[in-house]
Amino acid sequence: MLILGIDIGSRSIEIVGLDKGELQLKKQLPTTFDPLAQLRKGLKDLAFAGVVATGYGRGLVDRLDLKVPVKKITEIKAYAKGVSALFPQARSILDIGGQDTKALLLNEQGGLLKFEMNDRCAAGTGKFLEQMANIFQIGIEEFGPYALKGDRVPVINSMCTVFAETEATSLMAQGEKPENIALALHHAIVKRCVNMLKRVGATPPLIFAGGVAHNPCVAQLLSENLGFSPIIPQDPDFIGAIGAALSFS
Amino acid sequence: MSAEYREMWEKLNLDLTAHDGLLTVLGKFYGDIYLSQDKRLKGMEYLDFVVSEVHGLRIKELQDAKARGQKVVGTFCIFVPEELTLAARAIQVGLCAGAEAGKEEAEKIVPRNTCALIKSFIGFKLARLCPFIESCDLIVGETTCDGKKKAYEVFKDYVNLYVMEVPQQKKKADRELFKAEVLAYKEKLEELTGNKITAESLKEAIKLVNRKRKVLQRLNALRAKVPTPISGRDVLLINQISFYDDPQRFCEKIEDLCQELEQKVKEKEGVVPENTPRLLLAGCPMAVPNWKLPYLVESSGAVVVGEESCIGTRNTRDLVDESKETLEEMIDALVDRYMRIDCACFTPNEERMENVLNLAKELKVDGVIQYSLLFCQPYQQESLKLGKFLEKNNIPVLNIETDYSMEDVEQLKTRVEAFVEMLEK
Repeated sequence: MLILGIDIGSRSIEIVGLDKGELQLKKQLPTTFDPLAQLRKGLKDLAFAGVVATGYGRGLVDRLDLKVPVKKITEIKAYAKGVSALFPQARSILDIGGQDTKALLLNEQGGLLKFEMNDRCAAGTGKFLEQMANIFQIGIEEFGPYALKGDRVPVINSMCTVFAETEATSLMAQGEKPENIALALHHAIVKRCVNMLKRVGATPPLIFAGGVAHNPCVAQLLSENLGFSPIIPQDPDFIGAIGAALSFS
Repeated sequence: MSAEYREMWEKLNLDLTAHDGLLTVLGKFYGDIYLSQDKRLKGMEYLDFVVSEVHGLRIKELQDAKARGQKVVGTFCIFVPEELTLAARAIQVGLCAGAEAGKEEAEKIVPRNTCALIKSFIGFKLARLCPFIESCDLIVGETTCDGKKKAYEVFKDYVNLYVMEVPQQKKKADRELFKAEVLAYKEKLEELTGNKITAESLKEAIKLVNRKRKVLQRLNALRAKVPTPISGRDVLLINQISFYDDPQRFCEKIEDLCQELEQKVKEKEGVVPENTPRLLLAGCPMAVPNWKLPYLVESSGAVVVGEESCIGTRNTRDLVDESKETLEEMIDALVDRYMRIDCACFTPNEERMENVLNLAKELKVDGVIQYSLLFCQPYQQESLKLGKFLEKNNIPVLNIETDYSMEDVEQLKTRVEAFVEMLEK
């Protein structure tokens, strides 16, 4: 029987099903403004013996009236668990999700030692990149490759979504190439993540997970700034759901 | 609420509609956070009663005392020596500054990036919501941080304000300065009340305020037991109430509560299971009715066993030497005791590091949550240093910066829960 791990994030919901620790099922749905309905849709026709929910919306599983044992854990624990199962050698994790950025430090057994998380504003998160991609009128998936075409990095100081937009707009008005501005915005987010990683004392091997790990520009700038390359899992946005499912006991 | 109270509030010039709203919210808040707790102690009935009558019976007592000629002094800080206030036969109340009230009004006279505590006391006054402020004959401010210092410069237009200077270092000259300030405050009280402070009245007041501290010390010693017999939010409330209820009554009621707790300890009956992670909250004061963080922590599977803050052990750790006989000696004993306060307004403030570490050990905590109010420079600054120091001593630390609003509750919950999960291993 499957054990489900469900990661209910601000932007997407990931569902995985494990059978004796083996991945049997994975799916992703947008969170939308009605995550409960999305959850019901995602779970329809699935047979399972237990559920572990994580992510910002983890509390919502209580309202599904599931007839199986249900557990809730934070995404911090879920990521630590998922990463240490898939990458036993990992010592630190960077997770950039829709509205949270987290830096985690692990001990040799893969246990969580310390973590940092951004506070209430969206600075330095996936939401920030999404807003900025909007200004450029390109899809979020295209934003990273687009920024990699930049050949110069103008300075953008602000990490606040509102102020960074103002800075980007004034750079445009000064005639700066849009690819360069996009690159500068990526630099800004990476600078912030690197600071967060330094605060927890992150050391390699570092796993870079969460939706933003799909962005090649963020990944490249992280390598340049850290002096080592982060490891990006095959499905970086599913680590939390996998870690959740693994926490069922 | 009885008609008698409404008449009293009207006389105090409160905004009755807004005040009704405040009491409703407070009542609901209290119900959710306090009355819903499991294994509630019998001794907490006193606190439920005090809270339910916080703007009623207690205010009436103050008004009755005023009618008999007593004066009421309001304070915001544990540096104002209550011993002197009581020795002058006045009543001292700690003013509430723990709810977001009258924020828009307050932001008209202080910058927006002022801490929530300062905005709160200004807001309570400007929005006419606090019967305590309105009952005060004198409000005593102090120079513990720049935010407060400058806020008092405008606050003085609205209340009868007196500001005491608190030094920023602990050298000989600083002690002299504080002594001069204590003497000046004594004179101010004598002028306000018309009562001379004598060796006799001061001795009696020192004993009473010490008794209050001792009963809170006893309470802290009891919660240090494993499993802890009382919830952290209950103890926070007790500390908060110690600032405005009648000291005599407070001591008697909390002594009764301690007896109940002793029985629980003997029977090893904890308020939570024995393996529940135990946390110490350290940093900024949580003024009534700010119960946000302890509630979050205790809803996340941990229990709070200590508050290293002004509304907590910073206020109760040190006693005043009771053995002195002359007025002069007693003043010196007071000054010595108050100069031991390890407030982050001092530089350097090394003793706080050791004090927090000792407290963490005494209370057998699994971790420390450092709590800073946004824009509180002194405690935010110290949290960096203290965090490193505690980690070096193998005590896990979580830093939280927040204010009185509820918009960040979900993010805070994730952090606190993750910290608790980390400690559960």
